[in-house]
Amino acid sequence: MVGKNCFAIASDRRLGVQLQTIATDFQRISKIHDRLFIGLSGLATDSQTLYQRLVFRHKLYQLREERDMKPETFASLVSALLYEKRFGPYFCQPVIAGLSDEDKPFICTMDSIGAKELAKDFVVAGTAGESLYGACEAMFKPDMEPDELFETVSQALLSSVDRDCLSGWGGHVYIV
Amino acid sequence: MDNANIGIPPKGGFSFDLCRRNDMLSKKGIVPPPSYRKTGTTIVGLIFQNGVILGADTRATAGSIVCDKNCEKIHYMAPNIYCCGAGTAADTEAVTDMVSSQLQLHRYHTGRESRVVTALTLLKSHLFKYQGHVQAALVLGGVDATGPHLHTIYPHGSTDTLPFATMGSGSLAAMAVFESKYREGLTKEEGISLVCEAICSGIFNDLGSGSNVDICVITKGDKEYLRNHQLPNPRTYISSKGYSFPKKTEVLLTKITPLENQVEVIEVGDSMEE
Repeated sequence: MVGKNCFAIASDRRLGVQLQTIATDFQRISKIHDRLFIGLSGLATDSQTLYQRLVFRHKLYQLREERDMKPETFASLVSALLYEKRFGPYFCQPVIAGLSDEDKPFICTMDSIGAKELAKDFVVAGTAGESLYGACEAMFKPDMEPDELFETVSQALLSSVDRDCLSGWGGHVYIV
Repeated sequence: MDNANIGIPPKGGFSFDLCRRNDMLSKKGIVPPPSYRKTGTTIVGLIFQNGVILGADTRATAGSIVCDKNCEKIHYMAPNIYCCGAGTAADTEAVTDMVSSQLQLHRYHTGRESRVVTALTLLKSHLFKYQGHVQAALVLGGVDATGPHLHTIYPHGSTDTLPFATMGSGSLAAMAVFESKYREGLTKEEGISLVCEAICSGIFNDLGSGSNVDICVITKGDKEYLRNHQLPNPRTYISSKGYSFPKKTEVLLTKITPLENQVEVIEVGDSMEE
């Protein structure tokens, strides 16, 4: 979700195999660099593989260009990697959030074959996605300060995962 | 780029190495099949006196949920050629981006403005090669040295050349408007209002199309991209008070990491000699 010169990215903490819970503190959101985070929902093995490939590509980029990747460029990279597997896709929906030039927040989500969806307010992904659309649509306000943004994001996340059996056990929220 | 150790083919194109695993997973029923983002859509094009007008709605759906209320369906191909896309969103975006860069390379090679038939041939041969599995239905329009052109391209690779065309789930609603009101030699204002009417009929009568109207007018030497030309579905139900949360979220752990300020090192040295 986007705020005033800041963004928030949040995920729940449950890892399960259908109805059985395996872990209650699973990290879905990973850092690419200080100002860019990616959250990967879906099959855990695919999200780990995809994350490792992305970190590899980003490190190569850092060595070649001697700077960090911009969020827009990174989103195109993720989209290309996912579309490469168009006919045998990764079962993974990424949510990308970062600060681009002049600290302007950038958020984006994709489906599992890399169709980018850029939004100016909020993006959602995962099994509770439909309730999250509803909760964020109702609770979002433009230009929120970080504290208010944190409250809004947490309330939206917790209320939506409460209505979904496959998500839960609290949440991790990153505000940048 | 990834090196050979990762097992990725160095040349572009699709990679099929996860297909077998995905088949096995879907047979076992462990993972639900992913729903792809489609652009339900109403896309139209028509030829008027001086060029081509393209129009599109702006709704993107994933299953029966609207996942993007204001997406862009009119894609840039060349300064004088634009393409509207319906079908699976990833396919339309990837195919139009790919052909757009091929056209740019062709322009560098020949030194001339791109022709619409070039884009048409590149698109149809790519779609035919994949036998309809790349689900992109396109309306391609542009003005080049030989005049204004409008084509439709179906996912299997067949094409039509028409004076007015509609594609997408709302195509019948929009075609009804065109068939009754289209005539040759429309002016620009008449053309724009006819396209808006056709898209609005798609927006209000088809469940897969909605939100706003985007228009692109291409004439010889000039193009106008009117993003959100009409907003027939404004969001009027927002309460001005907004939400206030009386019961705050319980925070278990807070960790604050200040970001380091990146210092730009500008090397002051001899400038490069020839």
